Amino acid sequence: MMLTEEQIERYQRHIALKEVGGKGQRKLLDGRVLIIGAGGLGAPAALYLAAAGVGMLGLVDGDRVDLTNLQRQIIHFTPDIGRRKVDSAREKLAAINPEIKINAYHQWVHAGNIAGIIRDYDFVIDGTDNFAAKFLINDACVLAGIPYSHAGILRFDGQTITIRPGESACYRCIFPAPPPPDAIPTCSQAGVIGVLPGVIGMIQATEAVKFLLGKGDLLTGRLLIYNALRMSFDEVTIKKNPKCPLCGEAPVIRELRDEAGAVVPCDLVKK
Amino acid sequence: MNLTVNGKKTAVADKESLSVSELLDELNVEDVLYVTVELNGDILERGNFDGTLVRDGDEVEFLYFMGGGRG
Repeated sequence: MMLTEEQIERYQRHIALKEVGGKGQRKLLDGRVLIIGAGGLGAPAALYLAAAGVGMLGLVDGDRVDLTNLQRQIIHFTPDIGRRKVDSAREKLAAINPEIKINAYHQWVHAGNIAGIIRDYDFVIDGTDNFAAKFLINDACVLAGIPYSHAGILRFDGQTITIRPGESACYRCIFPAPPPPDAIPTCSQAGVIGVLPGVIGMIQATEAVKFLLGKGDLLTGRLLIYNALRMSFDEVTIKKNPKCPLCGEAPVIRELRDEAGAVVPCDLVKK
Repeated sequence: MNLTVNGKKTAVADKESLSVSELLDELNVEDVLYVTVELNGDILERGNFDGTLVRDGDEVEFLYFMGGGRG
């Protein structure tokens, strides 16, 4: 389909890039990206992907906006406190770019629903805050063959890697199993500098854009480790692990299951 | 011996080699129960930390769990 005159104007700065052009913009408009977690990482990723004209964005989050979110989750505004995060986010995205389709899933991902959600998308961004969800997203994307961007943040540190199932190392190649619950501090316990998820979330969005365009080198086989205090970016090469329980030579994980604590208990008791 | 630890040249113990477990101890690595160790590009199995030796010139990376993001 040809770009309309308005689209040519809206996306002019993209179209001017030889790596994008009208064809690349068309690919973005035909692209479908799912963002799991409409928080610190998902907020900047979603805002930029909407602005970029990614044609279909999915947002999955069972949470509601809380005052403590606003220090970093820039898609949510003060009057949004108490609203569903996916509704608050959808409204901002639609205001930025009314021509994209936005699917909002007010739910937490679990072994029973994730496969049915991710299958409609070309690329997935993990913007979740807990290991149960991170491992589940990894397993679901690898089993379904859907590329995705993993990220984690804490205090002043962030790390991210892109996974092309079967081709590059997955999260379980690095960490075969989640740490026991409460072994690793959460951001609410340990804190996180507000700008950090912005930096990491936008790297994730950049990966989604590059994947859709088919340009450049994805962050596959390399774990990017960012420290905001030192302002350093380090890279660790990660090979596919033959002993990986999910994508190794003798995989033991063949179907999805929830790791302990996968259902966020506060969702069940708080609302 | 001299190792490259997380990208930095590091002098470790006055020995020819150390097991990975001894190295974790020697360097006071945090979260020793959950750290992932990559030796010369290969991720090690946790059960092999005692039996795997690091030698002069080896490259070691300690990788940590990082959560965060949404909440």
